[in-house]
Amino acid sequence: MNIIIVGCGKVGKTLAEQLNEAGNNITVIDQDPDKLSAVTDRCDVMGIVGNGVTRAVLEEAGIADANLLIAVTGSDERNLLCCLLAKKAGQRCETIARVRSPQYSEDAPYLRRELGLAMVINPEYAAALEIARVLRFPSAIKIDTFVKGRIELLKFKLPEDSPLAGMAVRDIAPKLHCDVLVCTVERDDEAFIASGDFTFRGRDVISIIAEPKSAYTFFRKINYKASPVHSALIAGGGEIGHYLSIMLLRAGIDVTLIEKDEVRAEMLSEEMPDATVIHADATDQDILMQESIDKAGAFVALTNIDEENILLSLFARSVSRAKLVTKINRIDFDNVIGRLDLDTVIYPKNITAEIIVRYVRAMKNTIGSNVETLYQLIKGKVEAAEFLVREGSPVIGRPLAELDFREGVLVAAIVRGRKVIRPRGSDVIQDGDSVVIVSNHLGLHDITDVLR
Amino acid sequence: MNYRMTVHVLGILMIVEGALLCVPALTAAVYREPSGMIFVALAAALVLAGFVITRFKPQKRTLFARDGFVIVSLSWILMSVFGALPFVISGCIPSFIDALFESVSGFTTTGASILSEVESLPKCMLMWRSFTHWIGGMGVLVFIMAILPLSGGTNMYLMKAESPGPSVSKLVPRVRTTALLLYVIYFVMTLAEFLLLLAGEMDAFEAFTIACATAGTGGFAVTNAGIGGYSAYSQIVITVFMILFAVNFTSYFLILHKKFKEAFSTEIRAYLIIVALTITTVSVDIRHLFGSAGEAVRHAAFTVGSLMSSTGFATEDFNLWPTLSKTILVLLMFVGACAGSTGGGIKVQRFLILGKSMRNEFRVMLHPKQVRKVKLDGHQIEPEVVRNINAYIFLYFLIYVVSMLVLSLDGFDLTTNFTGVVATLNNIGPGLNAVGPTGNYALFSPLSKSVLIFDMLAGRLELYPMILLFSPLTWKK
Repeated sequence: MNIIIVGCGKVGKTLAEQLNEAGNNITVIDQDPDKLSAVTDRCDVMGIVGNGVTRAVLEEAGIADANLLIAVTGSDERNLLCCLLAKKAGQRCETIARVRSPQYSEDAPYLRRELGLAMVINPEYAAALEIARVLRFPSAIKIDTFVKGRIELLKFKLPEDSPLAGMAVRDIAPKLHCDVLVCTVERDDEAFIASGDFTFRGRDVISIIAEPKSAYTFFRKINYKASPVHSALIAGGGEIGHYLSIMLLRAGIDVTLIEKDEVRAEMLSEEMPDATVIHADATDQDILMQESIDKAGAFVALTNIDEENILLSLFARSVSRAKLVTKINRIDFDNVIGRLDLDTVIYPKNITAEIIVRYVRAMKNTIGSNVETLYQLIKGKVEAAEFLVREGSPVIGRPLAELDFREGVLVAAIVRGRKVIRPRGSDVIQDGDSVVIVSNHLGLHDITDVLR
Repeated sequence: MNYRMTVHVLGILMIVEGALLCVPALTAAVYREPSGMIFVALAAALVLAGFVITRFKPQKRTLFARDGFVIVSLSWILMSVFGALPFVISGCIPSFIDALFESVSGFTTTGASILSEVESLPKCMLMWRSFTHWIGGMGVLVFIMAILPLSGGTNMYLMKAESPGPSVSKLVPRVRTTALLLYVIYFVMTLAEFLLLLAGEMDAFEAFTIACATAGTGGFAVTNAGIGGYSAYSQIVITVFMILFAVNFTSYFLILHKKFKEAFSTEIRAYLIIVALTITTVSVDIRHLFGSAGEAVRHAAFTVGSLMSSTGFATEDFNLWPTLSKTILVLLMFVGACAGSTGGGIKVQRFLILGKSMRNEFRVMLHPKQVRKVKLDGHQIEPEVVRNINAYIFLYFLIYVVSMLVLSLDGFDLTTNFTGVVATLNNIGPGLNAVGPTGNYALFSPLSKSVLIFDMLAGRLELYPMILLFSPLTWKK
């Protein structure tokens, strides 16, 4: 597919990298040549210096043959205008705009419909949504859902003394009597797709696929707290903090929000009378102790400075047993951060990019079956994809054991109507099933791609 | 340095060169020449060795700028060494340094020869000599990129290091598609010339070799008379294609997309104006040497096209022309072709940018606080590009002076040495006096030949890769 990305900031760069790897032809437009060359030197994309909201530049970027334009400049208005222009200049160009201001975001569905956009994405809202989901189930580092929430994909870290340590994957069902499927295990810098005789160790990071109910029993059995948090302490009242507070309050969770800027704090307090808004610097330990960080169910670090967020979370870890969520915006040291004891780390740019990549993958649908949902289980290594199987697909009608799967492919679940099937060798995929596949082959487009 | 990946790419290169050696092997089969066995054996050996080397897959496939430069320069040296082997083994050119000179001259599309006569050589050797022009014209690494999916975006560094011109732009987002498109344009134009030459008096062998040599802007001929022995029709066809192959290939891509305005960029216009002006001047200057005005124009156009495009074919011994014409021709050798073509020289684009930045300097001297950027075709030229060109020009003359000094040890006259370096550093071929169209480079000492070999490689790869390969800075840990 021919894709034009306007704006080469954090999200633009991540998108260019990921969409390029998925085999699309990418052209990136930005006014800053230095920012552009940072991308064009690293991946195989074309860069054009110029204002993406002018027709001449869009034409130079090949808008006439483009299938998709993604506007992720710093300004909402420019993003929207750019999409409008692209819509007129390109014959069959879909458009995605990033709109982050809350005022416009309220109008998002209206804007999308009236301006004919394919998607309006708000990174802060998306990030807040993901945090809220994790707080609902604090034992998990990350939660994704498949088949309209019927199946959940949960990632969590084993403590040193976990009852699972030393247990083999195939012993889970007989010993714990619960129906979960282990997909991947990350140990140090390695990632494994779990086979039956794989034995767990403390500090492993594990992904499981299960129905929400089974996941709940599973976590209870391995001594995790499985109930949602009751109170949350949020450091930083930016847009994510604002959206998150609203979501948490709506779910009946107590929210304490610390914001440095007085005007902003007053505004937040007016908008959310139920929240406790504190006007203070969150890096002040006294303030944190005063707001009883040691007793909070969750601590969410959302200030604008990544390093500050990491430090705040590490401090919280030392004084309390709260569930930690840390936002990282800019810095790119995944492997170092991964080794810190930080529970959940949220990268807003990755969340936005992931949503858009998922949309692009869905745009490429082929007949027979297609990708409905897609998650990066382990960044750049393992993906989980949901396919809808339609009539005529070669996977239909034969027991799984007889199908010739490629190596590193795991059929994680089959959903038929309301029923969720834990696949075994004798199960047969039928027309209309949703199938969840976990695989280390990235960029699957069709369920037949998993066959040899 | 990513040594494993470097070796891996060199392994691929050996396989590709092995495959390309099949062309002269086929020629030998057609003309029933026993020396064809050398090509078959060498091709088999290279392919086999290449397969063994590429069996070991490097874990890290990322290449950085430094790796790009090293890979490109090593590839060209290695390719030339293997390319020289058939000449040595067959005994056509017994001395290795001479054979290497001939091979480098072929791949770098220079066309400077150490042979005084070529007709006694087997046809397969002549075919290989000319075919190396075609391979070297567009660049062999670009060819590898076009057919093989090399890892990630980092192979842009390879393309940057191998393509002629100050700034390399892609035609389409992907390097691989860009490389493929360039080769398609290159191939179709070569084919067109081949067919047009075939329509004249040439046989298939001559038409093919001459087309290859024109396409790469090389200049090896297959008869002792050079191009002078062919009809006026053939000479005109060759003239037109020499001028066409020295045009930036991006223009052809834009013409195919009906973007005529963008296709005739400032560089192309400047190039065409220079060609037209010099043809006119030289025609007038040499009018008295020929029977008719038409003949004078034909030879002037051929020689101007040949030298400016850095091909180096000759119909007439321009060494005997008046001084004004000779001076103009030598100056044309410096200017060279357009960036992004198969031609050599300093390139029209560099002169345009230098001229504009020089004018800006004048303005700044008069208005010290004036803010002014260099622009070409409405696009701003980054200060880094201007800086790079300034360093390039200095480096160019540094190499030039050192080469001249070494050559002067051999005791030839100043014109011979001066034009000998011009003709090799700019990948042209013939110079004046002893290295003129009727002379050759055999008379130089092995030391001088080595220097000229370096000059040819440096000139083809735009100086930096070859210099960086031998610079301690590159190898510092």
